[in-house]
Amino acid sequence: MFDLTGKTALVTGATGGIGGAIARALHGQGAVVALSGTRVEALSALAAELGERAHVLSANLADKDSVEAVVPAAEAAMGHLDILVNNAGVTRDNLFMRMKDEEWDTVIRVNLEAAFRLMRASVKGMMRRRYGRIISITSIVGVTGNPGQGNYAASKAGLVGMTKSLAAEVASRNITVNCIAPGFIETPMTDALNDKQKESILGNVPMGRLGTGPDIAAAAVYLASQEAAYVTGQTLHVNGGMAMI
Amino acid sequence: MSDIAARVKKIVVEHLGVEPEKVIDSANFIDDLGADSLDTVELVMAFEEEFSVEIPDDAAETIRTVGDAVSFLEKKAA
Repeated sequence: MFDLTGKTALVTGATGGIGGAIARALHGQGAVVALSGTRVEALSALAAELGERAHVLSANLADKDSVEAVVPAAEAAMGHLDILVNNAGVTRDNLFMRMKDEEWDTVIRVNLEAAFRLMRASVKGMMRRRYGRIISITSIVGVTGNPGQGNYAASKAGLVGMTKSLAAEVASRNITVNCIAPGFIETPMTDALNDKQKESILGNVPMGRLGTGPDIAAAAVYLASQEAAYVTGQTLHVNGGMAMI
Repeated sequence: MSDIAARVKKIVVEHLGVEPEKVIDSANFIDDLGADSLDTVELVMAFEEEFSVEIPDDAAETIRTVGDAVSFLEKKAA
């Protein structure tokens, strides 16, 4: 089950805690992977660790032209694209009343608009081939909201609506479009929280621990697999029971 | 029938799975040949591939019938 031999996958934000775990897991199931991100050294290190079937694509998702070049580059490197994982994301947290336009713009541009561009670019080849898997990493806060994250929560909720719309458009072509909504996961992004914040978060997690990259990657492997062919337009919440939605 | 028209009709027949007799110049992809909006996007992609041309979105919107497609592609080829 969940064999991805012969499939090709593009993972954005592949140097991050979750993106790296997803890339490793897809590769581990046999997929060819293209690793996209801004830090080429870290991408190259991951590619070296994976060995064969790994390509490095440098991209800055805040830049429109750079985003538009990613899918063609992935298709050129791997021949075609079966699986797109929109994982790259940034935070620019601030209280609503203090949030600057720039903080709003950056988060929407990277988390939502870049995902739109990547989905639009990749779905064309998937339609031709009558096969595709698009997975976007959203967040629990896109559903629950979170103080200080009006921009981030909006971008993540936007991914869910966008996913459902595209899923409805392309389901007849054997392309599935889904989201994974992680709860609190051990990554550099959540390392920024202080111990008190972490403790209070854990109080709300029935499982009693933070999630890990591999917890999310397992969900990505499932949604990317042939076995998940009948699952589309969904958001799979992986959060240790923190929110049961 | 021109070579272009023959190739267009072949694509339409294959893609929409319709009888070749129905694929006449006046046949509207959606009203007469049962295409949905996604089919029309795919037809344009197939024409682009077959004839190695770019069909911009605003031009694609004007291609509603088999004849529209043939005349657009004949102009492109000329």
